[in-house]
Amino acid sequence: MIRARAVEKRYGDERVLRGIDLDVERGGFAVVTGANGSGKTTLLRLVVGLAQPTAGELEVGVPRGRLGFLAHEPLVYRELTALENLDLYGRLYRVPERRERIGMLLERFRLWEARRQRVGSFSRGMLQRLALCRAFLHEPDLYVLDEPFTALDAEGAELLDRELAERRERGTFLVATHAPARFESLATAQMALVR
Amino acid sequence: MSYLSDVAALARKDLRLELRARDTLPAMLLFVISTLVVFHFTLPQGGSRLAAFGLLWVALVFTALLGLTRAFAAEREGEVLDGLVLAPSDRSAIWLGKAIAMLVFLVAAEAVALPAFALFFDPGIDGRTLLGVALADLGICTVGTLLAGMAAASRARELLLPLLFLPLAIPIVIGGVGTSVAGGGRYVELLVLYDAIFAIICWASFEYVVTE
Repeated sequence: MIRARAVEKRYGDERVLRGIDLDVERGGFAVVTGANGSGKTTLLRLVVGLAQPTAGELEVGVPRGRLGFLAHEPLVYRELTALENLDLYGRLYRVPERRERIGMLLERFRLWEARRQRVGSFSRGMLQRLALCRAFLHEPDLYVLDEPFTALDAEGAELLDRELAERRERGTFLVATHAPARFESLATAQMALVR
Repeated sequence: MSYLSDVAALARKDLRLELRARDTLPAMLLFVISTLVVFHFTLPQGGSRLAAFGLLWVALVFTALLGLTRAFAAEREGEVLDGLVLAPSDRSAIWLGKAIAMLVFLVAAEAVALPAFALFFDPGIDGRTLLGVALADLGICTVGTLLAGMAAASRARELLLPLLFLPLAIPIVIGGVGTSVAGGGRYVELLVLYDAIFAIICWASFEYVVTE
């Protein structure tokens, strides 16, 4: 599903990634670790197509509409409600039975009661739950998740553990994290980036 | 049809954001009225109709520029543009939705500005002037939205947008003033041609503006 050979990324004179080789098979679960600034986020942005490699080859075997990307930022509008944000993404991703799916995800991530609140009033943990709803809304084939447990409380982390275990059966995962132990039971491959 | 529904969803989202935040249209209204008031006191009594229309177009172009500087503010906050870019819809829908929303803001500002202009300067606003304004609005919003998207990715966006937009707005001002004071004819043709050419260029090139 993902194949990278000698991938390099530079921003001006600064080399952020170099010599990255990566293979993630369909149905695989790859965990990327590394210190701050080692290029984990950059690698994920390359995989989803938000950035292009400066050198090397990178092939991703899914169209962008089948990617589910969880970024550092939740990628939602602060002035819209949770429901409005998910409805917008649901329309753009042509999610079938959109309203039912949105309702189900909001219920599952315990955001149903807050669905009509503006996202700007959400706590960081609620934002992360909403970002997960957004990334999972269209049932992607490839999940690209950057620190998915960030800001989640114990209940949120438990919810996400359950979601990942369930989705593991039908999706391919590339996850960047500082806590690889969290994914021990799911991971099929691990890669450590060095600065 | 799905392209048009994407455009409609994106434009509706921008209008909803403005209704909630009210940070673009009120600023545009305040700016255009203030500018016309200043011009009213700086233009000598009995000044020419030509000068009055020139000032109107200066006010309209800078009002539009003020709105355009805010065009991608909501997307910059929280990097929402990344989310839109990753959606499977055609990326030009982002530009078109945003341009339609900008057009609504600009027309709303002009709905106040033109009567105020008529009140202050009594220049005789006729159908040709309104046609010129309508055609100019299309050009301003198509080109301006593309440039606002380009500038949004830059740290110097407040500086970059006027530097990119004002030179490209010169034909709009020429066409607009010409339509207002010298009648339609070739000035209307100039505006129609400008709108058509730049709409195609902007539609085709927006994808490259929002991707690396």
